[in-house]
Amino acid sequence: MPQTPHTAHARLLDEVGSVDQVGVEERVAKFATRSIKKASKVWGLRTAVSMTDLTTLEGKDTPGKIESLCRKALRPHDDPDIPTVAAVCVYPSMVRHAKAHVGGSGVKVASVATAFPSGQTHYRTRLSEVRGAVADGADEVDMVINRGAFLSGEYSRVQDEIAGVVEACGPAALKVILEVSELETFDNIRMASFLAMGVLRPGDFIKTSTGKTALNATLANNQVMIEAIRDFFLDTGIAIGMKPAGGIKTAKQALQFLIAVKETLGDAWLTRRRYRFGASSLLNDLLRQIEKEKTGAYQAPYYFSDAAESY
Amino acid sequence: MPSARKTSSGPRSGLIFGDLWEFDPAPETADPKLKARYDLFIGGRFVRPRSGRTFDSINPANEAKLAEIALAGPADVDAAYRSAADAFKAWAALPGRERGKYLYRIARLLQDRAREFAVAETLDGGKPIRESRDFDVPMAAAHFFYHAGWADKLEYVAPGRIARPLGVVGQVIPWNFPLLMLAWKLAPALAMGNCVVLKPAETTSITALKFAEILQDAELPAGVVNFVTGAGETGAAVMGHPSAAKVAFTGSTEVGKAIMRQLAGTDRKMTMELGGKAANIVFDDAPIDQAVEGIVNGIFFNQGHVCCAGSRLLVHEPVAGQVISKLRNRIRVLRVGDPLDKNTDLGAINSREQLGRIRRLVASGVREGALMYQPPCRLPERGYYFPPTLFTRVTQSHRIAREEIFGPVLSILTFRTVDEAIEKANNTPYGLSAGVWTDKGSRILRMSTELKAGVVWANTFNKFDPSSPFGGYRESGFGREGGRQGLLDYAHLA
Repeated sequence: MPQTPHTAHARLLDEVGSVDQVGVEERVAKFATRSIKKASKVWGLRTAVSMTDLTTLEGKDTPGKIESLCRKALRPHDDPDIPTVAAVCVYPSMVRHAKAHVGGSGVKVASVATAFPSGQTHYRTRLSEVRGAVADGADEVDMVINRGAFLSGEYSRVQDEIAGVVEACGPAALKVILEVSELETFDNIRMASFLAMGVLRPGDFIKTSTGKTALNATLANNQVMIEAIRDFFLDTGIAIGMKPAGGIKTAKQALQFLIAVKETLGDAWLTRRRYRFGASSLLNDLLRQIEKEKTGAYQAPYYFSDAAESY
Repeated sequence: MPSARKTSSGPRSGLIFGDLWEFDPAPETADPKLKARYDLFIGGRFVRPRSGRTFDSINPANEAKLAEIALAGPADVDAAYRSAADAFKAWAALPGRERGKYLYRIARLLQDRAREFAVAETLDGGKPIRESRDFDVPMAAAHFFYHAGWADKLEYVAPGRIARPLGVVGQVIPWNFPLLMLAWKLAPALAMGNCVVLKPAETTSITALKFAEILQDAELPAGVVNFVTGAGETGAAVMGHPSAAKVAFTGSTEVGKAIMRQLAGTDRKMTMELGGKAANIVFDDAPIDQAVEGIVNGIFFNQGHVCCAGSRLLVHEPVAGQVISKLRNRIRVLRVGDPLDKNTDLGAINSREQLGRIRRLVASGVREGALMYQPPCRLPERGYYFPPTLFTRVTQSHRIAREEIFGPVLSILTFRTVDEAIEKANNTPYGLSAGVWTDKGSRILRMSTELKAGVVWANTFNKFDPSSPFGGYRESGFGREGGRQGLLDYAHLA
């Protein structure tokens, strides 16, 4: 059979299986009915803090803004008992500034790359951007897939490009952003997840979105992706991580995502080595809820240092 | 290239569903406002039973006594029928929009007290609070709202004909959805202008008697609705009473047959909603994870105490291994335990008697050579509990594939072709519901005409709506509840 875009689509969909939208939404609605109290709530909130990729991705970012973000990452709250976040996530030009503040602390520096967020530049330029970020000290690279190629059925090209970025990453971990809002259907999200995982290394991630489009991480697209991770793991033994990004603003939402992880992927994914939240304003809500559990009262917002917000 | 679906080789490293993140207890704390003793509800008032007898209602989650319930004897049933007959003329003569107002008021009052009723329903029946809160109580209110809307539009229910009420209707309902079945039975009967004598199941009388308080608050005319409580003998008296114009029964096929024998030769109208052994059919092109979720909803909803439960899984051979392994992983994270905990997925089995029946049938499955899987789970020490259970290597001849278990037990069979799936699905005396999982629309349409079942769900399971008629084929009964068809079963057409 000739390999036209249509047969490629049919083969890939047949290979990974389809997703029913109504059924996924029904499944995730159950996570939202879980009631997490007391010690289990504190555990969930603290774990979410430790999984946060504290992010600033703006044209107006400066070394000063990066420094304040990094300080927040290292010491999220006055209470020294609160864990550090997992990483700071910045543009490539800011990597060396971030590295200067968090290097050696355990907090990773993640850099978006590959012409984030659209990816619309030459492949060689995207690769050199990745190499540059890693050379500047990025521990992790957040790439975007070629959605144009995906939507026109050029799956091999999508996958080959990811494989090229894996190579360019060298020792850095890779997170592959599918940009779910542009893929639109759950079938596409599942197919793209498998394309990426097929060339990723254990410890790499797949990620929902850039945060730059209207629709970002939802419980439903998170579910489609973690089910893909689960199926891939059970089939190959290779454990890929997951990072929902954008749109998770409250502690309550974060707990619902973690419940989905607990009930779909199990305990081995309840760690920042395999699960991250790409967020900025989420962090202070997590801290506020932790304080509330400790003291029984909500503290005013000005009790929490405001270093990650977009002003 | 990616691999997921058709390859099953590769390392067999499993998932860990352990105790890294245990959930703390999250009990629902609303006060169910139970009384220590419940009398009969006859003529708009709570009255002591003439029989002088009572029985206990037990909380199946911990075997503690909840309340004492009056036991209605023949004289009590007689009194209930007399009060209903006295009320009938005025009730039937009310303009439909006036009857509708009462139904709207009842629906709103039930919504106002939703949490209280959800807790009472869970205490009395053992179902998880998540279900009584999110399904039973809202759905019961929805039935009253829906039929309130019909009450002033009855001239359109059978175009060209005049629909009139039948008179006094005798109704007997089961213990699996006590409040919801009451709503299914009462709402259409009242909208059409009938009066009612209803008997709840003996293990779950409390929410009916609490509902009587709502009827009082709604100032429903005395005698329009009467509740008599008791066991089988009381039920037989309600079904067999000579002044019943119609009887409506939901329960086991065995009891349904006994009622039909009792009433054979009379001109009594009947509707019967009886047992089931539904086939849930999964084809190889189905969205597998969502099918697995549908299978779980189909058999573990309400501990499997559902007449339309998808208790026979028919799975296409090419995907059988995949479906079964996903199902095993899925049921490992079902939470079994205290029904009042908001995180509980499977609550208590309704009664000691029902638990015994489930155990006997499960033992027969093991004895007859089927392979049983139960996930590791800790059951509470007191109370009636049964873990979610899967049986593979089940054939058409196993008792667990033929008899209604009415518990959280799934029998898994396989098939190779569409014709074989239809043949196996229809190879049962029952015919209440069925499910079909496939991406192919034309196959869904074919299956829906060839499956002998009152409801066929496509790519979903256990979905209900007041506007959608529900009822069975063959030994699953006759007559419909819900929708226009359900109303017509409470009408005399002229």
